[in-house]
Amino acid sequence: MLRHSAAAAALIAGAALFTGTAFAQSGKVTVVTSFSKDVTDPFKQAFEKAHPGVTLDVQNRNTNAGVKFVEETKANNQVDVFWASAPDAFEVLKGKSLLQKYKPKAEGIPDKIGSYPINDPENFYSGFAASGYGIMWNDRYAKANKLPEPKDWQDLAKPIFHDHVAMAAPSRSGTTHLTVETILQGEGWEKGWRTLKEVSGNFSQITERSFGVPEAVNSGQVGYGIVIDFFAFSSQASGFPVKFVYPTVTTIVPANVAVIANAPNKAGAEAFVDYLVSPAGQEVLLEPSIRRLPVNPAVYAKAPADYPNPFKDPSLGSKVKFDVDVSEKRTNVVDVLYDQTITFQLDALKAATKAIHDAEAALAKKDNADAKALVKEARDLVAAMPVTEQQASSPEIAGAFTGGKQKGARQAELEQQWAAFAKERYQQAQAKAEQALKLAR
Amino acid sequence: MAGATTVGRAHAPSAPPRHFFRTSATPGQIALALGIAAFLVLFLVIPVGTVIYVAFTEKGTGGFTLVNFLDFARTDLFIRSFWNSFYASAMSVVVASLFALPLAYITTRFEFRGAMIIQTLGFLPLIMPPFVGAVAMLLLFGRNGTVNLLLDDWFGFKIPFMEGLNGVIFVQAVHYFPFILINLSAALRNIDRAMEEAAQNLGSSGFRLFRRIVFPLAMPGYIAGASLVFVKVFDDLATPLLLNVKDMLAPQAYLRVTSIGIADPMGYVISVVLICMSILAMWISARAMRGKDYATVQRGGGGLAKRRMRPWESVIAYAAVLLILLLVLAPHIGLLLLSFATIWSFSPLPDGFTVAHYGRVFGESFVYVKNTFIYASIAGLIDVVLGTAIAYLVLRTRLVGREWLDWAATAALAIPGVVLGIGYLRTFYGVQLPDGTPLAALWIMIVLALAIRRLPYALRACYAALQQISVSLEEAAENLGATKTRTIRRIVLPLMAGGILAGFVTSFATAAVELSATLMLVQSNADAPLAYGLYVFMQSAAGRGPGAALGVIAVLLVALCTFASHLIIEKSQKAKAAGH
Repeated sequence: MLRHSAAAAALIAGAALFTGTAFAQSGKVTVVTSFSKDVTDPFKQAFEKAHPGVTLDVQNRNTNAGVKFVEETKANNQVDVFWASAPDAFEVLKGKSLLQKYKPKAEGIPDKIGSYPINDPENFYSGFAASGYGIMWNDRYAKANKLPEPKDWQDLAKPIFHDHVAMAAPSRSGTTHLTVETILQGEGWEKGWRTLKEVSGNFSQITERSFGVPEAVNSGQVGYGIVIDFFAFSSQASGFPVKFVYPTVTTIVPANVAVIANAPNKAGAEAFVDYLVSPAGQEVLLEPSIRRLPVNPAVYAKAPADYPNPFKDPSLGSKVKFDVDVSEKRTNVVDVLYDQTITFQLDALKAATKAIHDAEAALAKKDNADAKALVKEARDLVAAMPVTEQQASSPEIAGAFTGGKQKGARQAELEQQWAAFAKERYQQAQAKAEQALKLAR
Repeated sequence: MAGATTVGRAHAPSAPPRHFFRTSATPGQIALALGIAAFLVLFLVIPVGTVIYVAFTEKGTGGFTLVNFLDFARTDLFIRSFWNSFYASAMSVVVASLFALPLAYITTRFEFRGAMIIQTLGFLPLIMPPFVGAVAMLLLFGRNGTVNLLLDDWFGFKIPFMEGLNGVIFVQAVHYFPFILINLSAALRNIDRAMEEAAQNLGSSGFRLFRRIVFPLAMPGYIAGASLVFVKVFDDLATPLLLNVKDMLAPQAYLRVTSIGIADPMGYVISVVLICMSILAMWISARAMRGKDYATVQRGGGGLAKRRMRPWESVIAYAAVLLILLLVLAPHIGLLLLSFATIWSFSPLPDGFTVAHYGRVFGESFVYVKNTFIYASIAGLIDVVLGTAIAYLVLRTRLVGREWLDWAATAALAIPGVVLGIGYLRTFYGVQLPDGTPLAALWIMIVLALAIRRLPYALRACYAALQQISVSLEEAAENLGATKTRTIRRIVLPLMAGGILAGFVTSFATAAVELSATLMLVQSNADAPLAYGLYVFMQSAAGRGPGAALGVIAVLLVALCTFASHLIIEKSQKAKAAGH
């Protein structure tokens, strides 16, 4: 008899093993995230403590790979939650009907942070933390090279910063893309690109991963980096000699979380989303290894003294009325424009920028009207863009990048045109600046 | 069966005469070939095909087109990338040879203390885990790395070791020179001492002996290694990306394939170009070997006679070996420093040292270590079995289409890991097990992806090993009445043992640190291998130390296995020598 019941128990256990997914639903919440271990570990601990018996299974992929993964596996989805920074990644998932509506139960969270809405208006995803963009630098590097503290994006365009700055490629880093878009919206298309190119002309590298920039600044390979704030804060918390400043044109953007469509553990997924926006979850954001801005204003009361507070500090993120629709329409075009005219032409751009700096330095000592005119021409040549703002969001051009079914211009064709356009102008600009230098001597 | 048609000598004039006695394929060989073909088709051709198909489709209509390849040829960036990749690969082979030749020659040719340790240490660079290797190199040789900060302090100048393509060539040569070292050493060890003695008896010695006898006989090993280095550098993306060199082909393919929302075929077009270049390089290396017989009939006492060095010779030898080892182990030295460092920022050495990172990593890394061990062992095993079988079919049988197996397996070298990962997801995710879990979610898929990615290494090693064994040994055995199976088991396999083990070690060690394919396929932390854990650590400021500690653990683990296998090789060589 005893033996029988043991056998039965084994049978049931075996059955439970085989129908694992059905039984384990209350137990395992699978999260695909781009956040590093230093962010996910504290949340995993806190969440599992708040919900005994539930395990949070964290799968770390970068944002793009995460989106691709969810897309590729939708036929038999095993993922409950998507958890990442870049709002546009969520827009992509939402657009492909891969998200599930859920409005978290949370109180005291305002609609907007800065000028940016915290939650998706249709409740497909929710903001749980905020971050702004700024400039981070290595203090030892700055002292050794006798470099000043920058305050704004334009400061980085100054000759003294030549070859000392780094940024991630906007096509590779959703957060950097938002930085670029913020500058374009804050200063306008033409002036924005001019600023971007003047700053980029001082880059020593354009990295492929977002984290490549804080890494290079932390180790001192590069002095200054354009980064999202928490990279700098968490580096400071780890002891690196780095500083950070928010420029006047910045956007505070929410980092998001969403329940995946057909989540195997829908209840668990919702519990996790609820936890993130609950006061307990919001407080986890203040941990030194995370250091993101909570979206619940009340939580700032528990923050360290110098913690930035976008709800109190009116300068943070208020200058730009960030338009998500504008951004969305031209996302790919902006990324590819940046890559083709800056990332892949960096050597030519740097050479032109250096020549302009040299000419201007000479002009400062000895004025010369002809040379001045040449330098202005050179600057305009560098700033020139192959497409206008209207064209950038036009269906003909944007359509070449969306993989839509319509037959139009091919992406590769456009890219070659834009790259050739930029390269030619940078070479002309360099020649003009060198000519100006001769005149000014 | 059409594939088994009998091909006589007269119909295949290009075949070396030593093959004449084999006029037919046995049913066993056919079955073997079909089995391998099925495996390759299922786990390589189909998954990659589903992805590559995109390269030939027209946007909008989805019809067949070659316009994408025209676009490739018309784009300056891609053409520039192509030549940059070519240049970097060729230069890496040159620099890697400079590292490998002295090490291989000195350790196999002379009585040299610690030759085995050098062989093992010389192998370490291959197991440089992704991310940490280049990070460590930057800390030492970067613009503001240890060396340059000191140079700047003392002499007021810096050397651009790591700028642009120079950096790529430097890091790649350090990373991949073991391919040449390990294959060349195996080849040198397999050279018949009698050849050398004969040459010496005829009055040849010194450099002439080396140039006319030793080096030519070791050629298969060198070419096998050099072509691997070339192809590997050509399609490697981690190093150029970490050094922010984007105008090379593999990074271009990767950047495009993984860019969000951009459904454009150029990434896949570049992948096709990469695959073609790999096959071309392998074909050229095979071509260079064709018509030459490198096999030695007799295994006289396990390799060259070892000579005792004169005192001044040993001073030079030790100095050269030490210098090379120091240089090629730089990434590991940097990694070790980083794993114990508190803060290391814009200074020649870290601010302080701590063991805290190891404490943090030990608790959670056991599962990674265990998984890595299981995955890489199985993958290595699959690789040597397939590698030996393919090498045997290609070199010893007249099966129609046998070269295709070789080419398919070799092509795997050029499949970017991401492409393979996406291909697996696409092909196998829809396939469900009885309980509803997708096939692609099982850890065995990670193993298969690793095995496919590393198969070319094992194949080259097995191929070179078999090339050095004379067919007449098998003929003799068969003439004495042994069956084909028995001949393989008792004659071929034991003689190949060194090469097979070399293949296993290469596959195992490199699979243990593979990341790109696994990143797509890992479905849960419990199934994740070391490289994935490292990746997770290495993307936050606080995780750099623990990441480095995990990297050190990975390197130690694989190094131990490598050392053990070298012991086995040495032992078997000694046993063979004693048996003579």
